[in-house]
Amino acid sequence: MIIAADQLSVRYPGVPRRALDGVSLGLAKGELVAVVGPNGSGKTTLLQTLLGVVAHESGTVTVNGKPVRDWRRPELARVIGVVTQREEPAFSLTVRESVFLGRYPHLGPVAPPRPQDWAAVEQALQRADVIRLADRRIDTLSGGEWQRTRVARALAQEPEALVLDEPTAALDVRHEMEVFELIRELVATGLGAIVVTHHLNLAARYADRMLLLEEGRVAAEGRPDAVLTEAVVARVFDWPVAVIPWTDGAPQVVPLRPVEKRR
Amino acid sequence: MSSRGFWLGAGILAAFAVGIFAGAVSLRPAEVWQGLVNPASPSASIVRELRVPRVLLAFAVGGSLAVCGGALQAMIRNPLADPYLLGLSGGSGLGAVVAISLGGSGRLSVPLAAFAGATLAIALVYRLSLVEGRRMDVRVLLLAGVVVGAFAVAVMSAVIALSDSSQLRNAFLWLLGGFGGASWQGLGTFTLYAILPLALLFANARALDLLALGEDSAQHLGVELERTKRVVYLSTGLLTAVGVATCGIIGFVGLVIPHAVRRLWGPLHRTLLPITFVVGGAFLVLADALARTVVRPLELPVGVITALVGVPLFALLLRRTLA
Repeated sequence: MIIAADQLSVRYPGVPRRALDGVSLGLAKGELVAVVGPNGSGKTTLLQTLLGVVAHESGTVTVNGKPVRDWRRPELARVIGVVTQREEPAFSLTVRESVFLGRYPHLGPVAPPRPQDWAAVEQALQRADVIRLADRRIDTLSGGEWQRTRVARALAQEPEALVLDEPTAALDVRHEMEVFELIRELVATGLGAIVVTHHLNLAARYADRMLLLEEGRVAAEGRPDAVLTEAVVARVFDWPVAVIPWTDGAPQVVPLRPVEKRR
Repeated sequence: MSSRGFWLGAGILAAFAVGIFAGAVSLRPAEVWQGLVNPASPSASIVRELRVPRVLLAFAVGGSLAVCGGALQAMIRNPLADPYLLGLSGGSGLGAVVAISLGGSGRLSVPLAAFAGATLAIALVYRLSLVEGRRMDVRVLLLAGVVVGAFAVAVMSAVIALSDSSQLRNAFLWLLGGFGGASWQGLGTFTLYAILPLALLFANARALDLLALGEDSAQHLGVELERTKRVVYLSTGLLTAVGVATCGIIGFVGLVIPHAVRRLWGPLHRTLLPITFVVGGAFLVLADALARTVVRPLELPVGVITALVGVPLFALLLRRTLA
């Protein structure tokens, strides 16, 4: 297990209800886990707790067997690459410079970059398919190109796992698919990945396992067809749905209009 | 060496030359040269004891202010950040005015009081910026700087209103900054205090690149967030306070120079900070040379020159950036 969380509970100061309540989650190499759930169900809190940014009240989180809060930040950054929900850099860099920032956990404060650092940057640019954009300034990129650039930066960290918080928010169909295809390809090379997403249907097709959160608790966990059942999805999201299998067997959720009868 | 590097080197040498040739007493180039190489020549005392330490001090202070501005702009993620925004100018001004109104005029008491005032302001702003869980919030830092500065200015105005008017001009001129009192000793003292904070800022150059992305991303890319923010804030604060104690408040160097350098050399701080230092240094050497010569034999406060040059330059950069 790269990341292992057991019975995690988190409480924010001044809020009576726990933001997370007894959540367990494991991530192994070569595995893609999707975390889904309604707004405010604790998805981002879960990620931040797994990454040691938010302190947990009880339970354990370990990364490669060591409690996450005991990791020094540069060391943790060599194991887990993160693509946060939003990022607005203060200054405009080129794509290559931007990806080079992913090498910082491997570099000291002053020493110049070594040849293997530049090699890792070039490889990351290629794997995330942004090599042809390498000299473009980031403020000229489209939303999808910027997301792929940030994935490339995380890859330049040479991590064992990626954590992505809504990587396809505000992207159109093609860019959405490109990002999920990219993540799946990376997972096939042995990386572990946790993806928080609102796209139940894409999650169902790309993820090995899903974790459905409801008000800080686990509503369902396991293979997509075990998690996305009509009864559970309708209850958690408080909206009637139909669930039908796609040709590859992945369950696909169709929200129903109020005039449509439940089948 | 790239052509930009060549012009940079040439520009700095030219600034030094202008700085050494300019002054209240007109010296011909040959006399300046004689003064530099021959300690027995008639011009030696002016060149060696006044102009050279003055130029070097202006260079060191200008470079330090510019580096502070560059570092703060990255940490606060605001290209308008300036070391004086953090309440320092108010605090140091208050210290200096109190010392002057109490009859202090010595070369030591006013700078010391200014340094004490600035340090107090830094400490207060620092304390205010720590929010729940002793996390430093850079947005609060900026606001705290503004209010602490405003409060200090209010107290300073009260002191001025109640004090003897003949002393006011001194206080006012001192606040606007100048290198009239520059000496080898002053240069030595400044260097002694500036070395550690400068070294700390240079050592955090890569962390500053990441902070400019935002604190979340910086942390996930390996920055020890709280420690880094504290080191950067306290280093810039102390460095600026030492600068104020040395030569008063000189604005706009910290705001304009990092901007201009970023446009030419990009925003990565391992390159940006050293170049910002030498460009800021050269800029202040030239500004000081202007201050000494435009109304010769009088001197303008150098802070007036940096504002007169800096404001239009900044407006131009701003328009170019937005265009």
